[in-house]
Amino acid sequence: MTLPPPKSDGRLEKVLRAGLFAVTAELNPPDSADPQDVFDAALVLSQVCDAINATDASGAHCHMSSVAICALLTHAGYAPVMQVSCRDRNRIAIQGDVLGAAAMGVHSVLCLTGDDVTAGDQPGAKRVFDLDSLHLLRTIRTMRDEGCYMSGRKITVPPRLFLGAASNPFAPPLEWRPDRMAKKIEAGADFFQSQYCFDVPRLETFMKRVRDLGLHEKAYYLVGVGPLRSERAAEFMRGNVPGVHIPDEVIERLRKTPKESKREEGKKICVEIIQQVREIEGVHGVHLMAYRQEELVAEIVEESGLMSRRRRDEKAPPKSWRAGKRGSARAESRTARTEPDQHG
Amino acid sequence: MGLARRLQNHPRLLAAGYKANLWIAMRLGFVIRVIGAQRLARWLYAPEEFAKRQIFDCRMCGQCILHSTGMTCPMTCPKNLRNGPCGGVRANGHCEVKPEMRCIWVDAYDRSQKMTTYKDELHILQPPVDRRLEGTSAWVNLMTGRDKVSAAGWNDPPHAEG
Repeated sequence: MTLPPPKSDGRLEKVLRAGLFAVTAELNPPDSADPQDVFDAALVLSQVCDAINATDASGAHCHMSSVAICALLTHAGYAPVMQVSCRDRNRIAIQGDVLGAAAMGVHSVLCLTGDDVTAGDQPGAKRVFDLDSLHLLRTIRTMRDEGCYMSGRKITVPPRLFLGAASNPFAPPLEWRPDRMAKKIEAGADFFQSQYCFDVPRLETFMKRVRDLGLHEKAYYLVGVGPLRSERAAEFMRGNVPGVHIPDEVIERLRKTPKESKREEGKKICVEIIQQVREIEGVHGVHLMAYRQEELVAEIVEESGLMSRRRRDEKAPPKSWRAGKRGSARAESRTARTEPDQHG
Repeated sequence: MGLARRLQNHPRLLAAGYKANLWIAMRLGFVIRVIGAQRLARWLYAPEEFAKRQIFDCRMCGQCILHSTGMTCPMTCPKNLRNGPCGGVRANGHCEVKPEMRCIWVDAYDRSQKMTTYKDELHILQPPVDRRLEGTSAWVNLMTGRDKVSAAGWNDPPHAEG
């Protein structure tokens, strides 16, 4: 099979095109004006990931903006996926941000509709939703491929971007979800990052339909996974985070686990899910979302057996890191490929 | 709301109504030429708004795509999505934003499955809303073709490959 020419110059696209199982992770954006907070979070993730997602006020909670995080990350040599949501900005602002992001060295953009303002801590805010995620995909694709804005006005140097879209195989109407993926591919999606997967059989049903439609050959699919801290955290997520589906068995399994090993069990569930989804044809990678548990990401990637192809430093990962001594680990891993040293 | 909802659950009936409407509208070009689109819009606006508000809870976006969305108004989605549901639909098929309301796209999907003529139009990529048309008569915009005009870069990029 001959591949079409690459859409971007980014690492994520290279990894996926090479047929490797990709790993991306979500960076928990800081509520601070200190760039070091971004670098600290990125360092932990970069060692095991092909790209770091910079969220755009996810859950409608205000944090450092995705554009700013991408500016810091690209400056430090990391490969971010900039998330763009339609909730807060209209088409003029978004097209400008996308162009600016490409200029900064962002190679991948994830186009989202965005959680509603009512999901966040400022529910009285005005929701914009000038575009929806499909409009956004098509608009950025037009900017990239045709070299013009939505208005038709020319862009002298078009952005080279690998376009991502979200997919939720676990939300109704279930039978429509694969067709929705097809529509997003038609609008311009090159890769997908899915919502949290805790229900592998349902994902299998979804992927079967995706394969029947031939979509797995048209776009790359990264399954969203993440560790659950406890059954209470799981129940909170199920009830309060839009679009998260957690089967009762998972919650029951955590409930039965003694308190001190709940975290370990949550991690184990996540590792098992990764190993299961890896076997499904049409799944090209995983997207790790470890909310406030970034330190677990490296352990999860390692225990899932995804480290084999990754050269993390010259040696095996430092033991001290796994023991939780983050300070010393950070010093040790300063030799890593992408060291952020321009902060301050 | 009961009667309107029952009516909406018979999308084939409504689609037949739409077809009849379209048939008439396409033959009324001479009316526009005689009395002018602006005057016609003034006359039609109130009856259109009344009828469509009663049945579809219409928001008068001025670029109606009801027949493509299972005779369910996409502007009643709190996020104004025109191309299908977001990922936040609850397990019971209700809306992420308004938990007491059924997701309009779940309804749209069910209804479109009952339709014959416009069933597959659900999968068409709908262009972004032209906000200038909000609060104008979609019927008149349909007759003049104004509702089909999208941004130049959307339909016909100047440097299109072919």
